[in-house]
Amino acid sequence: MLVEEIMKIDVITMAPSETIGKALQLLNDHHIRHLPIVDDENQVIGIVSDRDVRDARPSIFDDSEPEEFENEIQTIMSHPVITVHPLDFVEEVASIFYEHEIACVPVTKEDKLVGIITEKDMLYTLIQLTGTNVQSSQIEIKVKNIPGILPKVTQVFGKRKVNISSVLIYPYKPDSSYKILVFRIQTMNPMPTIEDLKEAGYEVLWPNMPGMSS
Amino acid sequence: MAEHAGDVIMKCQAGFVYSDAFIQYHFRDDHPFNQLRVQMTKELLEAEKVLESEHFLSPRLATEEELALVHSPTYIEAVKKASKGALTEEEGMEFGIGTEDTPMFTGMHEASSLLVGSTLTAIDAVLEDNYEHALNLGGGLHHGFERKASGFCIYNDGAVGIEYIRKKYNYKVLYVDTDAHHGDGVQWLFYDDPNVCTLSIHETGRYLFPGTGNVTERGLKEGYGYSFNLPIDAFTEDESFLDLYESALKEIVEYFQPDVILTQNGADAHYFDPLTHLCSTMKTYERIPQLAHEFAHKYCGGRWIALGGGGYDMWRVVPRAWAQIWKTMISGQPFQGELPEDWRNKWQKQAPVELPTTWHDPEGLYKPIPRKAEITEKNKKVLANALQFIHNQKKYNHLSP
Repeated sequence: MLVEEIMKIDVITMAPSETIGKALQLLNDHHIRHLPIVDDENQVIGIVSDRDVRDARPSIFDDSEPEEFENEIQTIMSHPVITVHPLDFVEEVASIFYEHEIACVPVTKEDKLVGIITEKDMLYTLIQLTGTNVQSSQIEIKVKNIPGILPKVTQVFGKRKVNISSVLIYPYKPDSSYKILVFRIQTMNPMPTIEDLKEAGYEVLWPNMPGMSS
Repeated sequence: MAEHAGDVIMKCQAGFVYSDAFIQYHFRDDHPFNQLRVQMTKELLEAEKVLESEHFLSPRLATEEELALVHSPTYIEAVKKASKGALTEEEGMEFGIGTEDTPMFTGMHEASSLLVGSTLTAIDAVLEDNYEHALNLGGGLHHGFERKASGFCIYNDGAVGIEYIRKKYNYKVLYVDTDAHHGDGVQWLFYDDPNVCTLSIHETGRYLFPGTGNVTERGLKEGYGYSFNLPIDAFTEDESFLDLYESALKEIVEYFQPDVILTQNGADAHYFDPLTHLCSTMKTYERIPQLAHEFAHKYCGGRWIALGGGGYDMWRVVPRAWAQIWKTMISGQPFQGELPEDWRNKWQKQAPVELPTTWHDPEGLYKPIPRKAEITEKNKKVLANALQFIHNQKKYNHLSP
């Protein structure tokens, strides 16, 4: 999946000379946590988070409008900014968030701002990848870690005309010569499929007997 | 309703909606959803001599206009076409018709409209005529969506019923769903409606269809705080199930103050049920209708409509579980002791399993669950989380002058 498929294109931005007070207002009004700072050419020259803005305020117990709010936003912005390209992979963005401990990246094309991706967009995408957002039942199968096993297993589903909404593969920790396949299938009655899988010699980890489980 | 000290003896006016035509809602011979369950329950009640001719209510067909209270006209058209065998497999796919779960069958529109109509008959009996309670075991098809069939459900009779109550009577409706699967169709259709409160207790969607019903699904916009979900762990037993259910229902009824209660009484949380992984026994199915009965009288002037739903061990579980609803409706007390012999003898001939001999399940029905303590603890957390919104409201109301 590409960044351009999940990025938001209506980005709230600020000019470097606008005030910190304005930033606070934008963050509150739009329920967002990041503001890219762009120049006249729409190039990203900095970014501020809600935390940066809060840190600029002397005390939360002081109700009066602090004079710091009149300062220009460029005095507190972070730069240089880590950005991604619309054609980057979503997985790469996840790695960037993890490695740099950040929660938002502007998306730029030919140095111009074209979109933004936040941690929340990322999580939403992951939820979709796991298939839990559509009606389905989950089946887990332990299989030999060898080439060609996946198509063999999916054939069983195909025969029953059961639609698969997602497939995840993860390592079987106790023994690396096995893997776990997780399928979400669009049926309320997975029993016939499970029977077929067992008959074909596969080890179905879930559903299983009471107490053995998960 | 007569009372005497201690034990409450109740004689309620209740109606039993039934038609031999319920059986026509039939997908395929080897399909787990089988309306023979309703006939078995009816005959069990007749054998116990608690269901007489004066109790029966004949259902009507729902009109297309009524179906359109929640379903889109294009979907209804598609079902009608499929009903005549004129819908292609490809056309059906968009509407979830023609899948393994909801295959097409001749007459499916009429058969499904009857199930919706029977729920409307039950509603009118309670809200218009002199009935305090009404039971329609043919209904409770909670997975039907606005324009999609799923999970063995075509039209969502419960949802049509609720919208019908809203439009015709303007009552506040509490919908309570004890099916082992999340009552997703009904929840989503009223997700932003503050006059319809939904409570669903079900096996967690981590593995089980439909996957939703998380405790964090609380409603949307004005409807926020009017959807409640109790997703319980696989292998949950009676004790924990009832602890959560009773506590939640009590607080929710008090908080929402409904005018009428509509229950979906799926009977698939039983240990024997082949599609789910919960470990309830008949204890749960004796208690569920008692609670509905009690709260309907306490808060709604008795107005309680109960529907059927899932339940895939139709030999050993469903007839007993559903018969207890009726028994509770008319007397406030469940059956005890032996099952009628005539009934057992008749159905044992067809059953692939040994039918039970008593209303209760014997002790030691299944091997002890090793993770019981852990499951109970996790479920308690779910309960606390589900009721958090009500608790916060209470705290807030208490603090503000």
